[in-house]
Amino acid sequence: MKTTETPAPIPAESGASVSKAEVSPARPPRRKREGTVLNVFSHGMLVLWAFMVVMPLLWAVMTSFKDDNSIFSSPWSLPDKLHFDNWARAWTDANMSDYFLNTVLVVGGSLIGTLVLGSMAAYVLARFDFPGNRFIYYLFIGGMSFPIMLALVPLFYVVNNMGLLNTIHGLILVYIAYSLPFTVFFLTAFFRSLPTSVAEAAFVDGASHTRTFFQIMLPMAKPGLISVGIFNFLGQWNQYMLPTVLNTDPDKHVLTQGLVQLAASQGYKGDWSGLFAGLVMAMLPVLAAYIVFQRQVVQGLTAGALK
Amino acid sequence: MQHGKYRFIVGFLAVPLGLYALFVVWPFIQSIYYSFTDWTGLSPEFKMVGVDNYTRMFHDDIFWKSLWHSLLFALLLPLVTISLALFFAFMINAGGRRRKGGPAVTGVRGSSFYKIVYFFPQVLSIAIVALLFAFAYNPDSGAINSLLRGIGLGSVQPLWLGDPNLALWCVMAVLVWSTVGFFVVLFSAGMASIPADLYEAALLDGAGRAGTFFRITLPLLWDTVQSGWVYMGILALGAESFAVVQIMTTGPGGPDYSTTVLVLYVYQKAFRDGQAAYATTIGVALLVVTLLFAAVVMRLGRRERLEF
Repeated sequence: MKTTETPAPIPAESGASVSKAEVSPARPPRRKREGTVLNVFSHGMLVLWAFMVVMPLLWAVMTSFKDDNSIFSSPWSLPDKLHFDNWARAWTDANMSDYFLNTVLVVGGSLIGTLVLGSMAAYVLARFDFPGNRFIYYLFIGGMSFPIMLALVPLFYVVNNMGLLNTIHGLILVYIAYSLPFTVFFLTAFFRSLPTSVAEAAFVDGASHTRTFFQIMLPMAKPGLISVGIFNFLGQWNQYMLPTVLNTDPDKHVLTQGLVQLAASQGYKGDWSGLFAGLVMAMLPVLAAYIVFQRQVVQGLTAGALK
Repeated sequence: MQHGKYRFIVGFLAVPLGLYALFVVWPFIQSIYYSFTDWTGLSPEFKMVGVDNYTRMFHDDIFWKSLWHSLLFALLLPLVTISLALFFAFMINAGGRRRKGGPAVTGVRGSSFYKIVYFFPQVLSIAIVALLFAFAYNPDSGAINSLLRGIGLGSVQPLWLGDPNLALWCVMAVLVWSTVGFFVVLFSAGMASIPADLYEAALLDGAGRAGTFFRITLPLLWDTVQSGWVYMGILALGAESFAVVQIMTTGPGGPDYSTTVLVLYVYQKAFRDGQAAYATTIGVALLVVTLLFAAVVMRLGRRERLEF
């Protein structure tokens, strides 16, 4: 009764809690039981899917410690002892160390290049008015929805004619070019959302455009750079289609290609346990990085679809 | 701000734009041009042949098969993935038991744990996932058939990737497995921004969980669902279906062309069969399909935007 006497602007919360208190006990019991059944079912589904996600990964880890015979005879049994030699063999004999090094070089180079070139282009497109601005912007954006495979056929010959086929730096340049559409799209929106006053003040104080960009705008854009950087890092680290077409020299293979190559050739060599060790070796760094930088990774990856 | 403005603009745009034009735009233009030639890719000589490649494509059974499979990838895959993800996301965010005095809608216990685990496959390379499942599907020694034997279903031993009727579904299942988590997290973020009083009002009006979902959650999440659909469709038409089909299936694209997709067919024609011009023709078809797909989803899905 007290509530009715309180003056008109009741805070929304107290109003809601009162009505809840009135309604809850009046609920018919039938709905409650239905709710419980539904709860058990939906929780069951959630647990089942979690199990289905983790199972194959654990299975791969377990298999990487088994010997070849038991991999085939009893795929689900635990290893008789931990065969660490599988890992050693994969690292040295199966060239996993080379694939790792190539991947680190390619991704390191292209990630830095993508962020530097992408933010330069995005900054100019976001902050400067000039004829052709919109055209260039949409030219970049268009690249996001075009099937890359269509361009790959002539691209192979473009890259070949420039002498960049099967080279690390050639691959880096191509990775950068194909990462630009999303990077420019994302960072243009980001630079637009930053306040203009700081840059103007710097400019009035006599800083050049270039200096304003590198010393003022880039540090301000750090959160955006981190998001888009993570997005590109995972995309480039996991890239399979571009190197399959443009990087056919086995010595230059990146991780994904190397593993596929290894799987294809295991039919002759028969070192399946080594292959599994290689697979797990390639999975662990990204999974570990994900668990550590979980929040940033999720933000970086979902940023793409939310925009 | 005018001082040296144009010099600065040109200086900053030249390198990224040049790189992009050389490696992305120029090859796209070239490939459309090549689709009207008889270029093999092996020698630099070619001549114009008009629409011969397109006539050939329309009479090519494998092309039609690839097109059909690609369409399945673009339509069915997002449908299954997004439905599953919406269900999980809703359960995680609004499926919790109501506690006395707590908010009207709560997440299940351990919701952040689910979100972390579900996201695992998303950070792995699709190539590695494909390899892993190729082993799991192995009819003799694979994990799946061995599990079936273990639980007393020894008579049910499908060939999985070796069975022309099953292979395509097996491949699709792998993509569902690897993308559901991404959408769960994406939709969760969207659901978290829906104000709780909307749920409270619906509960007061006696809405059940299904009612709450279809009348409140889904309409307010529609924009995210739609752009998610386009995003996944484009991936499923391109890079992702290429990786899974090329790595997992025999042939690749088999058995009996039962899993071939447009993007793989382009690759095979260009880099295996030495028919670069014909490959670009199929690539142009893939381009048309991709753009049509995006346009149709955006158009059909257009609704009045709900503000909240």
